[in-house]
Amino acid sequence: MTAEKYLIRRARLLGERTADLLVSGGVIAEVGEDLEAGDARVVEAEGLIALPGLVDVHTHLREPGREDAETVETGTRAAAAGGYTAVCAMANSHPVADTAGVVEQVYELGRAAGWVDVHPVGAVTVGLAGERLSEIGAMAQSRAGVRMFSDDGKCVHNAVLMRRALEYVKTFDGVVAQHAQEPLLTEGAQMNEGSVSADLGLTGWPAVAEESIIARDVLLAQHVGSRVHVCHLSTRGSVEIVRWAKERGIDVTAEVTPHHLLLTDEKARTYDPVYKVNPPLRTEEDVTALREAVADGTIDVIGTDHAPHPVEAKECEWSCAAMGMTGLETALSIVQLALVETGLMDWAGVARIMSEVPARIARIEDQGRPLAAGEPANIVLIDPQARRTVVPEDHQTKGRNSPFRGLEVPGAIRATFCHGHPTVLDGAVATPRRDA
Amino acid sequence: MRHLLDTRDLSRAEAVSLLDTADRMGEVGQREVKKLPALRGRTVVNLFFEDSTRTRISFETAEKRLSADVINFAAKGSSISKGESLKDTAQTLEAINADAVVIRHPGSGAPQRLATSGWIDAPVINAGDGTHAHPTQALLDAMTLRQHRARLGGTDTAGTDLGGLRVAIVGDVLHSRVARSNVWLLHTLGAEVTLVAPPTLLPVGIGEWPVTVEYDLDAALRRGQDAVMLLRIQRERMNAAFFPSAEEYSRLWGLTPERLAALEAAGSDTAILHPGPMNRGLEISSAAADSGRSLVLDQVTNGVSVRMAVLYHLLTGPQAPHEEGHHDR
Amino acid sequence: MSESSRATGGPPSGQPQRARVILDAADINRALTRISHEIVEANKGTEDLVLLGIPRRGYPLARRIAEKIAGSYEGFDPELGLGQLDVTMYRDDLRRSTSRTPQPTRLPARGIDGRNVVLVDDVLYSGRTIRAALDAMADFGRPAVVRLAVLIDRGHRQLPIRADHVGKNLPTSVDESVKVYLEEIDGAAGGADRVQILAPAAGSEDRP
Repeated sequence: MTAEKYLIRRARLLGERTADLLVSGGVIAEVGEDLEAGDARVVEAEGLIALPGLVDVHTHLREPGREDAETVETGTRAAAAGGYTAVCAMANSHPVADTAGVVEQVYELGRAAGWVDVHPVGAVTVGLAGERLSEIGAMAQSRAGVRMFSDDGKCVHNAVLMRRALEYVKTFDGVVAQHAQEPLLTEGAQMNEGSVSADLGLTGWPAVAEESIIARDVLLAQHVGSRVHVCHLSTRGSVEIVRWAKERGIDVTAEVTPHHLLLTDEKARTYDPVYKVNPPLRTEEDVTALREAVADGTIDVIGTDHAPHPVEAKECEWSCAAMGMTGLETALSIVQLALVETGLMDWAGVARIMSEVPARIARIEDQGRPLAAGEPANIVLIDPQARRTVVPEDHQTKGRNSPFRGLEVPGAIRATFCHGHPTVLDGAVATPRRDA
Repeated sequence: MRHLLDTRDLSRAEAVSLLDTADRMGEVGQREVKKLPALRGRTVVNLFFEDSTRTRISFETAEKRLSADVINFAAKGSSISKGESLKDTAQTLEAINADAVVIRHPGSGAPQRLATSGWIDAPVINAGDGTHAHPTQALLDAMTLRQHRARLGGTDTAGTDLGGLRVAIVGDVLHSRVARSNVWLLHTLGAEVTLVAPPTLLPVGIGEWPVTVEYDLDAALRRGQDAVMLLRIQRERMNAAFFPSAEEYSRLWGLTPERLAALEAAGSDTAILHPGPMNRGLEISSAAADSGRSLVLDQVTNGVSVRMAVLYHLLTGPQAPHEEGHHDR
Repeated sequence: MSESSRATGGPPSGQPQRARVILDAADINRALTRISHEIVEANKGTEDLVLLGIPRRGYPLARRIAEKIAGSYEGFDPELGLGQLDVTMYRDDLRRSTSRTPQPTRLPARGIDGRNVVLVDDVLYSGRTIRAALDAMADFGRPAVVRLAVLIDRGHRQLPIRADHVGKNLPTSVDESVKVYLEEIDGAAGGADRVQILAPAAGSEDRP
């Protein structure tokens, strides 16, 4: 256990009351006013907001297999820089995380890196091929303790297979996180199908390809009495289906990415593939519906879908380019811009959608906890007054494919504490944990 | 005008000026010496990522008639098949000091990418990109329609637009860069455009296009059209269930001998256009293709003229914007 | 297009220029009459005579000359002996000047092979337009002889070119510009036919 001691002085907890936090032995030892520093190092947090460390249910760390795009080391350092203390690493690595061996490898790489807790996501089907279930039980019982299963990047489109997966994960209190994309409706699809795709002559990606799968899956989840998580909702229709399902008491949770809360398909008019992403950027109407759905609780969490790519995968024609955007280091700023500064959500709400509920969905027990004595010291300190211009070259991730390049965004991470250790301090990346 | 990427970027004045110049260029084709020295010493690269002998020959003829040095660069599939990237190709062309790049590419937006990426400084001319745009095709169609109207009226084309002209574009609008570029240019020039196609071959989201949409070809023809433009139908589309069979397509949306006869019976002056290559017996019958109404060969001739006009306008005049209006003594 | 004068717009706003009329309509008419006689004299009659005006203002001048010749001499039909030769695509300043829409070239039905061509332009300045015209002509045929008639010769030649028939020699400085107004081109809005000299010609569009 760590011997590090920090006194975080005068932070606004969840943006509400001002208090000091004494961090010691990896936990929050004490919360109160005018605490004695003693031998603790003092971190001045006047004007800063303290939230529980952020938890991302949707990160692509690329390792093993695509270390040219990202490694566990660079991806988790990026996560720490973005205020995260835990990430769920998606299964679409090479080899696919469909065995206990691969998930344990990723888990151990995460521990060795020491920037955040890495919780591997297991593949639902072998090789993400959508044909037979992977060894879900072995992954659940491995050291990685996998609870979230997803073929993300691909949709479990076979209805029978999806039903079986939903049923089977109940054994381990697991959840299937579905990438909702009907494959036949999206063959060769390049962008949202609508007026912009009509103008640009890019193959359309209809909203119905997402919505039809979500509708099917919530009904399946209801039928078998399991829970289902919907990755990166992107359309107004998806929101309406999830809202309907929740009203019926179906155990469904939903996620949205920061970029879908801010950007629209109009960006495709540049033909700059930095805006090419799966699911695609949708319309203004969808953006509005997604923001409102986060505010009213229909959408439960923010997932970054952080998807780094090497430069050459984007420095080409739109149709040849890879899909995906980086997100870990801009997520909180975009959420502040799209939800907080628009008055849709307060900071306690941000804590809920970016830390508490994500941890609950992924069954991560020691994350997303209250800022209270005795709780694990996973804390992020945010300067909400800061304004910064996004410069992807300055990011910790290997990916330079941020769609927010050049955008002035609010908010900056001043410090991230992961189990009592500052991975970010004074607004700069510090050191990883070495005692995990 | 620095590049020609899409007809949507053209103002009416720019389009009319290009067509006026194209008319002059057309006269060169009638001369014994079919050559002008305007682009002497300039290098134009035809960068074709997709086979199109017709378009390449047309551009090459245009370039040679303007005395440009021509380099044909067939890069078919090289980028997509993980060969040389568009960026490297562009930088290679930059390094050999190409003065203009004519690009044909199967991916929508590739010419715009080339023009805006900073990989190359030369003007970029879009010779057809994916299902996005084919601006020189639309310009040659407009030139052909303008001549057609002037011929009927016994008037001069110079300075005129296509105000009030009724044009039906028939067929696979969804996959057609020709249709898209024509919609914008014909609208800019004042024509009234009707798109006629089965709903499967119309893009979703065209509610804001300046067109009338019609599923019934006969109804569109009965309303009276000054020109009918048939789009090429690829037979493999029926495998993807865009329509049940070639026969049914032809019956419902083809310019059949019966529909040609109806035009004759109505005594109309409706002209027939087709961007080629034609699928005789599918979207157009031989009777229609070979009739006196067909302007298909005029289109081919005019293709060279409009490409000359575009090259002339892009490659002459001050090359850097700050030099504009300043004349060396 | 003539070398000297793209005169439709008048002086640029905010650039007070002193405009001096050098030739009025009657002067122009007299000059063209004299040139007409000179042309026929030099040609030893009207046989094989072809007048080629250079757009835009050279062509109406050529037409006026052709009509004068037809009115005074037997055997000259303006329909057979008059044409227009566009030189835009042969200019040597295409990369510098604003790109211009070319004008039509219209040659007499019998062409120019073996005939006696008189090029007609409004103002002779650097000589570059005439060089372009000579190149253009070579693409249409091989005249027996080529002569040059201009309304104004303002000097400052940059090429070894001279006019055979000149309406008026007008000494100028390069800062000045010479503008020719003709009813056929400038319409009623341009005012009466005249030749003006403008000085100083700051921002002038003149191209020696």
